[in-house]
Amino acid sequence: MLNIKNLHAELEEDTEVKILHGVDLDVKAGEVHAIMGPNGSGKSTLGYVLSGRDGYEVTEGSATLDGVDLLDMEPEERAAAGLFLAFQYPVEIPGVGNMTFMRTAVNAQRKARGQEELSAGDFLKLVRARAKDLKIDAEMLKRPVNVGFSGGEKKRNEILQMALLEPKMCVLDETDSGLDVDAMKLVSDGVNALRDEGRAFLVITHYQRLLNHIKPDVVHIMSQGRIIRSGGPELAMEVEEQGYGDILEAV
Amino acid sequence: MVFPRQKLLAQKREAAEARLAPLALPAGGKWITTAREDAKARLSAMGLPVRRDEYWKYTDPASLVQAEAPAAALFDDSDESEVFDTLDPLKIVFVDGVFDPEASDDLAMEGVEIALLSEAAKADLHWARDLYGALEADGQSPVERPLAIFNTAFAAEGVLIRATGQAARKISLIYRRRDAGADVLLHHVVKVEAGAEVTVLEHGPAGARFNQVMEVDVADGATLHHVRAQGRDHERRTAAHLFARMGERSVFKSFTLTANGAMVRNEAVIWLNGKGGVAHIAGATVGEGAFHHDDTVFITHAAPDCESRQVFKKVLRHGAVGVFQGKILVKQPAQLTDGYQISQALLLDENAQFLAKPELEIYADDVKCSHGSTSGEIDPVSLFYLRARGIPEDQAKLLLVLAFLAEALDEIEDPDLADDLRPRIETWLRRRSG
Repeated sequence: MLNIKNLHAELEEDTEVKILHGVDLDVKAGEVHAIMGPNGSGKSTLGYVLSGRDGYEVTEGSATLDGVDLLDMEPEERAAAGLFLAFQYPVEIPGVGNMTFMRTAVNAQRKARGQEELSAGDFLKLVRARAKDLKIDAEMLKRPVNVGFSGGEKKRNEILQMALLEPKMCVLDETDSGLDVDAMKLVSDGVNALRDEGRAFLVITHYQRLLNHIKPDVVHIMSQGRIIRSGGPELAMEVEEQGYGDILEAV
Repeated sequence: MVFPRQKLLAQKREAAEARLAPLALPAGGKWITTAREDAKARLSAMGLPVRRDEYWKYTDPASLVQAEAPAAALFDDSDESEVFDTLDPLKIVFVDGVFDPEASDDLAMEGVEIALLSEAAKADLHWARDLYGALEADGQSPVERPLAIFNTAFAAEGVLIRATGQAARKISLIYRRRDAGADVLLHHVVKVEAGAEVTVLEHGPAGARFNQVMEVDVADGATLHHVRAQGRDHERRTAAHLFARMGERSVFKSFTLTANGAMVRNEAVIWLNGKGGVAHIAGATVGEGAFHHDDTVFITHAAPDCESRQVFKKVLRHGAVGVFQGKILVKQPAQLTDGYQISQALLLDENAQFLAKPELEIYADDVKCSHGSTSGEIDPVSLFYLRARGIPEDQAKLLLVLAFLAEALDEIEDPDLADDLRPRIETWLRRRSG
């Protein structure tokens, strides 16, 4: 599904700062891959480059989603093609209602795919059903996007968007950061409910504990802009027990 | 180099003389004629504004002062329903500044007396005599506002509203335009008696060049809501003055929505003269190209325990210029004043400009006053967040522009009024971006 080959990227503002140094990754439909690694290893940048955030220049390599070149598309086109990035720091947007935001997004994607837009009534039903699973109350839906939300509420709101947009490829950028145990369980349950043969996940995290809840098929260790080791779930346990030091030295 | 004072005054008087020479005062009864003659004399002494005036530093008054109103093409706004129509207000219609009895409703209403300025000689309108030109004259110090004096002298029409109880309906003043080149002058007086409450709405382009004064007296415990939408005609020019004198525990809330217009100067002068008064004034503006929009506000806290709030938001692009001059003056007796002022511009490209001059002058020692002014572009992080969810760039920007204006629109207390205006902004922005 997601195919990344020899991806190199640097900062647009300062081309001396090279962040990705040849990332290779192949995520198949139905799989959950985890990317772990120390701070500054390029994990989050990978998510941003895939979703088309400004500020990065891809200098080499490719990234395709079901064979379609992602890097050539605008962010909204990537989203309509089925890519979803759950943000590490969901953005607060005062003045834009959460419901308005989500309905606009769902209908924009439907329109881009040539599907009929959802009526306000149908959308409301859909949101209510999905929100209930994530214990998101009506009040949170009424408020401006992420404004005044706790850390846990923001992350749940990300998962709600994911559930509504039903993307093919979900990239979760440190979705566990800022979550207490209960919130992590809620968020993980939300993600697990979306696991499906036709959908794949790339879970970016520092810690193994999220992977107790969202069980990965493959674990990758990223360091200095490259994937230096890949393995099964046991690799995450190794990181948890020994830290990154030994693994990095061993390479 | 400082421009010599005497020379500046001579220049201003010269401008006034040239403007006044061809004009005759409108006919009227005794007291109104006295007020007009007095105004004309005050204007001759003060002169008309010129660019060198400190108060006109950011806005060139030339097109508002020159003898001939610059022509302004008529604008077809048939693509939208009439503003405020859903609220079933009592309508008072002016066409090119002339009262249109056919299009207007019957002016009789429970709780409110309504009359026209052209009937001002009537004996039962003595209450208007005490206000007409009086609040405007008070508003000439410490800053001169000669265009308002001009209005007091030459406005032949306007509406005189006296609320004595709870008004049964909102009053909507509608300013239609048929003439592409006309000067239109209107002078309104609104008196809200103790404990009474009324809502005055205004909309429409009025004229190629519109000079308007509204004098407002809000008595103890009275409430006045004022919401106006200033037309969509691109070439029209407006100089509007609002003078509001407020009593104890009185409430005055004013909101202005402006779209387009070559030149708009909205001045507001508010005196909180009684303990516990509340004055809110807000504005939302969208403009582009040859668009100059100036909000100039002067709020005086003269009594303790009063609250004032100024919230102004402007969205500007393609060379549009926004100006904000806002002052809060807190006099020595006005302890426990709560004053807030924010002016913000969203510049959609590098050619737009926002000039702000926020001022606080405080003589009381136990007050809470804050002010802020910002100008910036659309937040790229928010824009990316929306796009990453599949919202196309244009639509995402529109959402963020509406979000930016929302804080000002939230100042409209009546949700029905806000609901009438909110979708219009979206329509206007869409039409202009197309």
